[in-house]
Parts: sequence; structure tokens; C-alpha cells
Amino acid sequence: MDGEKTVNCNRRRLVVATAAVGGVAGVATLVPIVSSFLPSERAKAAGAPVEVDISKLSPGDMITVEWRGKPVWIINRSKEMLASLKKTDDLVSDPNSDKPMQPEYCKNEARSIKPEIFVAIGICTHLGCSPSEKMAPGAESGLGADWQGGFLCACHASTFDLAGRVFKSKPAPDNLEIPPYTYLSDSKLLIGEDKKGA
Amino acid sequence: MKNLLCVLLLAPLLALASESDQHFEPAPDKSGDVAALQHGAKLFVNYCLNCHSASFMRYNRLRDLELSDQQIRDNLMFTAEKIGEPMTIAMRRNDAKQWFGVPPPDLTVIARARGSEAGSGADWLYAYMRGFYRDDTRPSGWNNTVFPNVGMAHVLWDLQGEQVMGEDRKLTLAVPGKMKPDEYAAAVADLVAYLQYMGEPAAPLRRFLGIFVLIFLAGFLVLAYALKREFWKDVH
Amino acid sequence: MSALNAKMRGLLEWVDARLPVSSFWNGHLAGYYAPKNFNFWYFFGSLALLVLVIQIGTGIVLTMHYKPDASLNASGVPVAFASVEYIMRDVPWGWLLRYMHSTGASAFFIVVYLHMFRGLIYGSHRNPRELIWVVGMVIFLLLMAEAFFGYLLPWGQMSFWGAQVIVNMFSAIPLIGPDLSLWLRGDFVVGDATLNRFFAFHVIALPLILLGLVAVHVIALHEVGSNNPDGIEIKKKKDEKGIPLDGIPFHPYYTVKDIVGVVVFAMVFAIVIFFWPEGGGYFLESNNFVPANPFQTPTHIAPVWYFTPYYSVLRSITYPLFGIEAKFWGIVGMGAATVIILFLPWLDRSPVKSIRYKGPIFKAAVAIFIVAFLTLGYLGMQPPTPVRIVIAQICALLYFAFFLFMPIYSRLDRCKAEPERVTR
Repeated sequence: MDGEKTVNCNRRRLVVATAAVGGVAGVATLVPIVSSFLPSERAKAAGAPVEVDISKLSPGDMITVEWRGKPVWIINRSKEMLASLKKTDDLVSDPNSDKPMQPEYCKNEARSIKPEIFVAIGICTHLGCSPSEKMAPGAESGLGADWQGGFLCACHASTFDLAGRVFKSKPAPDNLEIPPYTYLSDSKLLIGEDKKGA
Repeated sequence: MKNLLCVLLLAPLLALASESDQHFEPAPDKSGDVAALQHGAKLFVNYCLNCHSASFMRYNRLRDLELSDQQIRDNLMFTAEKIGEPMTIAMRRNDAKQWFGVPPPDLTVIARARGSEAGSGADWLYAYMRGFYRDDTRPSGWNNTVFPNVGMAHVLWDLQGEQVMGEDRKLTLAVPGKMKPDEYAAAVADLVAYLQYMGEPAAPLRRFLGIFVLIFLAGFLVLAYALKREFWKDVH
Repeated sequence: MSALNAKMRGLLEWVDARLPVSSFWNGHLAGYYAPKNFNFWYFFGSLALLVLVIQIGTGIVLTMHYKPDASLNASGVPVAFASVEYIMRDVPWGWLLRYMHSTGASAFFIVVYLHMFRGLIYGSHRNPRELIWVVGMVIFLLLMAEAFFGYLLPWGQMSFWGAQVIVNMFSAIPLIGPDLSLWLRGDFVVGDATLNRFFAFHVIALPLILLGLVAVHVIALHEVGSNNPDGIEIKKKKDEKGIPLDGIPFHPYYTVKDIVGVVVFAMVFAIVIFFWPEGGGYFLESNNFVPANPFQTPTHIAPVWYFTPYYSVLRSITYPLFGIEAKFWGIVGMGAATVIILFLPWLDRSPVKSIRYKGPIFKAAVAIFIVAFLTLGYLGMQPPTPVRIVIAQICALLYFAFFLFMPIYSRLDRCKAEPERVTR
């Protein structure tokens, strides 16, 4: 009677132990399979950070570069452009950039590291069209006399100010996304990587 | 009957009689020597990566050789802008065909491609790079003992010097180069070690993991066998 | 605790009323009585199933990164070839998955050949198991096709020229040959069209058929019950409950024993994958690391090792017959060599099933057959010489003789009495 109980105990222990070790083997086999789904070196290389030379970018100018297949706008904002941000504070839905559409170091009114240089991903936060620039203030942009300058998305008429903040009551829910970026020098930006190396 | 059977069973051994094969001298094993691999990488980039691409090998993989990104950029990246790019070349395939007759092959896996009964790919390469000799009947002025009538010239001639083929079908050094013969052989060994590494950069990790996998499985075997014995007590 | 058990039991009953889960478990595992004297040779069936799972699993992941495209990329390398090196270097753990798949292909044939050999020596092809054998042979033939299609995919020199040679073989068929080859290839030479259709066959068409046939194979086996090393039918001696006296339930006894087999297999598999993935040039051939070049034939084309016995038979037929060239008869011979194994159940007329109780003639015949088969395999890897061709011809004759004369010598043999109950 007792012998049988130890046999059963032994048996159960061995079954559990084998199942556990087998489970480890199973997980170990799954690791390479699941990991192979992660971005490959080719994908990572294609998504690598982009260096941009802004030495020739004068105030009021805008250039567009590509990063991870997306358009990235770099604008040298003039003093007037920066001043206009105070005027649009009441007109935008998230003036303090509370929603996480930008890195920590861009959570400020200008939504940038240095106020003059504005970097943003040029994709409307509604359904992904690329807005066009309407940086000229006033009636000539066709958005009314009070227009301070910014961007208009042609697809569903969302508008953004010169810090990429979305205006109230527009289809787009969020401010334009600001990518991680850092200054390699005063005239060179690295789009896609923080100072710490993201 | 039994004799006939024995004869029949042993007769196929005749099939093993083969023609004597070429056998290459084994290349020195420098696969664990980081300095040699770095030197080989330098030789490869400077001498080979003009005509031959290594289009499966990314520059940032050279971090395996204990090189920093800056070192790679400064010393080894001449044809690319970003460190994640592969080692491609600018020469177009059609041009290469016109100029050399055959486009110089991509060398990323050359060390794996040249294996045979005569030796490993590394052995072949070690013999090849030391087997060039002057031959004025060839367009390039060079021929090779390992690869007769090869289209490639002896790119490392300034290091090795010029060998000539004697009446006895043996090579002698007619004009010395910048390196002494044993120095040159060591440099070639470094280059070959690099080519072998480049052929399979995952090889060191593979061998390292294998040890742990086998130890684990050995333990698992003991356990599984104990489990089997336990249950099979019931039987018989 | 028992409230949970009750809930689980309730769930099982719910499922059982809708799907025969419990009866499947009882019929095929816990209640399937297998002979208790299975030995080493009986591991290879479950191992074959394991390798099938490994190949499908690794295959699915490889298909996520592989590109069946014969055109040249910007560096002048065929995209298909480049995608394999992409897997080896750029895909996380891609090198391991690739080696598992390439080693798995060779492992599949080693396991299947040993599995078939077990059948041969213990008479697993005899009545009432003829259909299991026939289905198994169809699986074997389709497995060869699956391996052949898969081998083209890396698009190396051996891949390309091996496919070129084999597809050209079909052109030797009188009348329809050249058109048939064109239809198979989808082009005048093996090219992108061929690569893409072989990809479709390898990835989905054949695996589906193979899975179906493996299911049929096991169902047919379970219908009549397993054979055993003594070749006697355990169902002849049952107890009051109808359970064979020499039978033990597959679960837990053979599940537990097969785990040991799997672990040993895993160790051998791991040794190859981690320390010897090229297998001395037999599992991954050196020349296949050179991208396919339609203008440069390698000096030495040999099929992969598992095809070499049949390739040897093909090469050994060097005489024309009936006005048709030897090339055609070589193909016929190769086909005959693969297909003749299928007829084994009707060729073996011995009164006993297992080699343990057969006489000296059969044992000698098997020994000669093994030597002939292995010699043919070895010769198939070498370039032909006059001596080798003669030896191949002799071995091919012995190979066919083993089968064709079996009805005669299996009856002449002096067999021993089979036991009533199984032995060790």
C-alpha cells in the first residue's frame, strides 16, 4: 500500500519535472521564432536616423526630409511666427501639448528644442494625409483675415498653427507628431534619435 | 556460398578507389584572433572592395570585430554614408563584364562557396591568394595555380612581389615585394580569416549556444529516461 | 479543487457531445494497444512526424523573409539568393531557423529511410498492413518531390543545375517529352517562372497533401494495429476484456518512451545545427553558395545525398533498347527503383513476417540489398569512371533482384517457428 503511494509520488514528480523542463525547451524554441518577427537589420538600417544640414535654412524657410518613410518638416520660424503662437493659444484644442505627441523636451509652447527651429512629422493626425503649408498670415492664405500662419490639410480641412497644434473643432484629434531629434551641432540636426540615443 | 557472399559484400569497396585529389595546405586558424580579423577587414576594404562587392555584409556588423562605429566610419567606410548600409560597390555589372570578361563575383560567402574534398573554402582562398604568378599570355599578365586562367590580376602584387612558374611547375619569387614571404603569408591568413568570418558572422554565437543547448538536452535526457523507466516498471 | 475538476469534466462533456475528443483520445492514445516489445527501430515513425512539424514550423517563418525572384538585384545577385543571405544575417535568429530547415530536410530522409527499413525487416508491409505501406510509399515519393522543389529555392548553382538536369530528363520521354519539359518549367530554361511555381508547390501544395496522407497513414495503422519485431499479431491473444495480452496502451507507455527518442534526436539535431550545419558539404553544398549562373555549368553536378541511390541507377543504364536512347531507360530505371518498393507486400511470400524467424536466404538477401543500396548512394555522389559504372550496374541489378526474385527465394527459405507470444 505504502510502496504504491511512493511509486505514485515518484511518478508524479517525474512527470511534473519532465513537463517543466519540456516547457523550458518549448519556450526556448519559440524565442527564435517569435524574435524573427522583429524588425530585421535591413528594416533598422532603412529606419535609421537622418542627418540634416540646416546652415542654409533662413528664417521663414521650410524644408522637408524623409525619415522612416514619412515626411519631416523643418522650419526656421521668424520672430513674428513665434509671436503668433501666443495668439493661437486660445484657438487650439491642446495648447499645452498635454497629449503625448512629442518627446519630453518638446513639451513647451513652441514644441521644439530651440524655439526658432521647428521639426514635425508632416502627417495629419486625422487620417494620414500630408497637410500643405499656409505660413503666410492674413487673407492671402485663403483662411480668413485672422489667420496667423500654419498648415491646412486638404483632405478634411483640419488646420494646425506654426507649432503644429491642431485648431479646435477640426476632424484631426491631435497636434502634429514631433519625432525624437537632437542637435549634432548648431547647423546639423539628427532626426530620429534623442541625445541619449533612442 | 558463404565465400561468394563475402566477396559480394566486400566488392563495392572497389568503388572507393579514387583519383588522387588536389589537397590544399590548411589555412592557419585565426578565427578567434580579433587583431587578425581587423587587419583582414582593412585589407579587404582597401584591396578587394573596389571590384568585388560584399553586398550581404553591413558595415555595422563589423562591431563584432570590437570596432567602434567611429573606427568603422573612419577606416573602413569608403563607399557608404550610413553605417547600416551593406558593402556594395559603384561599378556597374555590365561595365565589369566588358572590362574583365566576367563580372567579379560578390565575395560575401566566398569562403563557404569554395569548400570541396580538397579542403575548406578558407584553405582554397589561402592557396589562391598565394598562387598568382606572372604569365604574359594572359590579358592581365597574371595566372593562378589554384584557378587557371583566372580573369583577376594579382591585386596584392606590391605586398607579395612577383612569382614565376618554373619548368618544374613550381613557383619561385622573382621580384620581392614590400613584405617578406612569411609576412605576406600571415597577411593573407588575416584576409582569409576575415573572409571566413564574413561568410558566416553568426558562427561564433552558433558554437557558443550549441554548448549550452547540448548540456541542457543531456540533462533533459537523464530526466526523460528516468521517467520512462518509472512508467515501464509496470510492463513485463 | 474538486469544484474545478467538476467544471472541467462538465466542459469536456459539452465538447464531447459535439466533437469526438474523448473517443479520439481513447481510440488513438490512451486506449490504443500497441505491442509491448517495440525496440529502437520503432522510434522513427514518431520522429518522422516531429521532423514534419519542424519543417512546417521553420518553413512558415522562413517564408516571411524569403523572396522567390530570379531577377538580379542592384548588386547583380539574384534576389532569391540574396534573400537567403538576408535571413542568415539580417533577420533576428534567421541563421538558426535556416539551419533547422536545411538540417531538417536531411534529417527527414535519414529518419524515413530507417523507418522504411524497420518495415522491411519486421514485415510491417505484410497482410493486413499493405495499405499502410502503399500510403507510406506515396508519402515517400511526394517527400522526394517536396525536397526537390525546395532545393531550387536558394537559387544557388546546385539548385539551378540540379533542377535543369531533372526537368530536362522529362524531355527524353518519347513524343511528349520536350513539350512536357516546357510546361513544367514555364520557360525554355529553368528561370523565374520555374522558381515561383516550385515555391508554390513546396510551400503549400505538397505540404497539404503530405499532411493529409500522414493522417491516412496513421488512421490505416490504427485500424489494424501495429506490427512488432516478432512479426506476430498480438490481437490473436486477447484477455476477457478484449485487450491484447501483449499490448500496452500507447499513452502513457509509448508517449513516455518517445520523449526519450525525441530528446536523443534533438541532441543529434543540435550537434549538426550548432557545430556542423554544412554537414561536410552534404547538408549544405559548397557550390550552392554560388548564385545560380545559367551560363556556367559546375564541373560536378550531383543531387543531394538522399537522391543519390536512385541517381546511380539512372546513370548505370548506358545501353539503348528498342530504338529508344539510354537516357530514357535511365529515367525508367530510376522510376522503377523508387516504385518497386511499393510492391513489397505482394513480393514477400514468406510464411513469417519478421526477419527474426526467416531463414538464411532472406538474411543474406537483405545484407546484399543494404550493401548495394549504400554503394549506389555513395557512387551517386562521385563523378563516374568506367570502374564505378560497372559497380553501379552490378549494384543496380542486385537492388532489383532483391525485389524481383523475392517471391521465389522467400518461399524457398527455411524459416523458424514463430512464437505464440512476443519476446523481448
